[in-house]
Amino acid sequence: MAARVRALETILTRKGLIDSAAIDVIVDTYETKVGPRNGARVVARAWSDAEFADWLKRDATAAIASLGYTGRQGEHMQAVFNTDETHNLVVCTLCSCYPWSVLGLPPVWYKAPPYRSRAVIDPRGVLAEFGLKLADGKKIRVWDSTAELRYLVVPQRPSGTEGWSEERLADLVTRDSMIGTGVAREAL
Amino acid sequence: MNGPQDLGGQMGFGPVAPAKDEPIFHAEWEKRALGVTLCAGAMGAWNIDESRHTRESLHPADYYASTYYEIWIKALEGLLQKHGFVTPGDLAAGTAVDPAAEPKRVLKAENVPAALAKGGPCDRPVAAHARFSAGQRVRTRNFHPAGHTRLPRYARGKEGVIDAVREGYVFPDTNAHGRGENPQWVYTVAFSAPELWGDGADPTLTVSIDAWESYLEPA
Repeated sequence: MAARVRALETILTRKGLIDSAAIDVIVDTYETKVGPRNGARVVARAWSDAEFADWLKRDATAAIASLGYTGRQGEHMQAVFNTDETHNLVVCTLCSCYPWSVLGLPPVWYKAPPYRSRAVIDPRGVLAEFGLKLADGKKIRVWDSTAELRYLVVPQRPSGTEGWSEERLADLVTRDSMIGTGVAREAL
Repeated sequence: MNGPQDLGGQMGFGPVAPAKDEPIFHAEWEKRALGVTLCAGAMGAWNIDESRHTRESLHPADYYASTYYEIWIKALEGLLQKHGFVTPGDLAAGTAVDPAAEPKRVLKAENVPAALAKGGPCDRPVAAHARFSAGQRVRTRNFHPAGHTRLPRYARGKEGVIDAVREGYVFPDTNAHGRGENPQWVYTVAFSAPELWGDGADPTLTVSIDAWESYLEPA
């Protein structure tokens, strides 16, 4: 596959259809600028600021854009909040829809058949494979991203974090907790 | 189409096996695959729906044996040939030997940040009022089109409730085939697990999809 991709890049570059330097900028963007730290900052702000949390609930696209996170595969956003009663989980059974603007590029497992096939029929079994065991009575809500709306899970704020700064709170927000295959880290 | 991409509820793929500290890219070629795919898309010859439909049109055996970047590249080769940018001769030679169609635009490095920050919004005004409202019970249609659709098989012919009225979005079922954007209202529709999966379904589970208006009928 490496040779096949190299050949394709060569063909398109020699025909003047693509700019190899543009590829470098795209790669750098998703390696160093756009990743789950963006989403973690959104969650930390929501934990710290009730007004922002309310805005995020009503109009996630605008609330997230106010922190500077916009664009490709995040054009239309919906935030879903975990509660004591309900745990949220996001999947794209049909392809690999994922909120790039706040989480970066999706991990391999998110795009692969085991997760895509089972998240909608056996989410508890899937979560167990991530080491996450939900309380028996807890409700699970699975969001299958079948349109261009991208979902961000807002995990519950860990106890013992009262008065923490947003930067410190953001350190507790893992990528998986914003997909729903995990929860936020405990405060140490 | 009832293709290999429609995975919800399928069985036999084994455990999820998440990798610890997975790298963003697993090989150099994955970086180039991402970039080539985005740059080629930026030429403006096809839309995201046609792109998805080309990927799901890979032979199932090929689709399931491929990683996602491999699926992207295989589909991209098809799209580039269909739209006259690349020929079998180019691919066989591994370099440019034939002339190419004229792209609408070429994405230059200096324009990448703005292009990524803008993305490709699919919301469009819809003149008609939304047919359904939150809380209303609806049934998804049961259809099996040979072309592209975003109504997964597991959620066809099922009764659910409108959870939210979203916006007017471009309709993938026509847009993927060059038959226009035809925007429709999109709704989040929630289904109980027993409705989707029958006996033995997890009683604590609710699954929702985002459905275009023409996928739905009043229940």
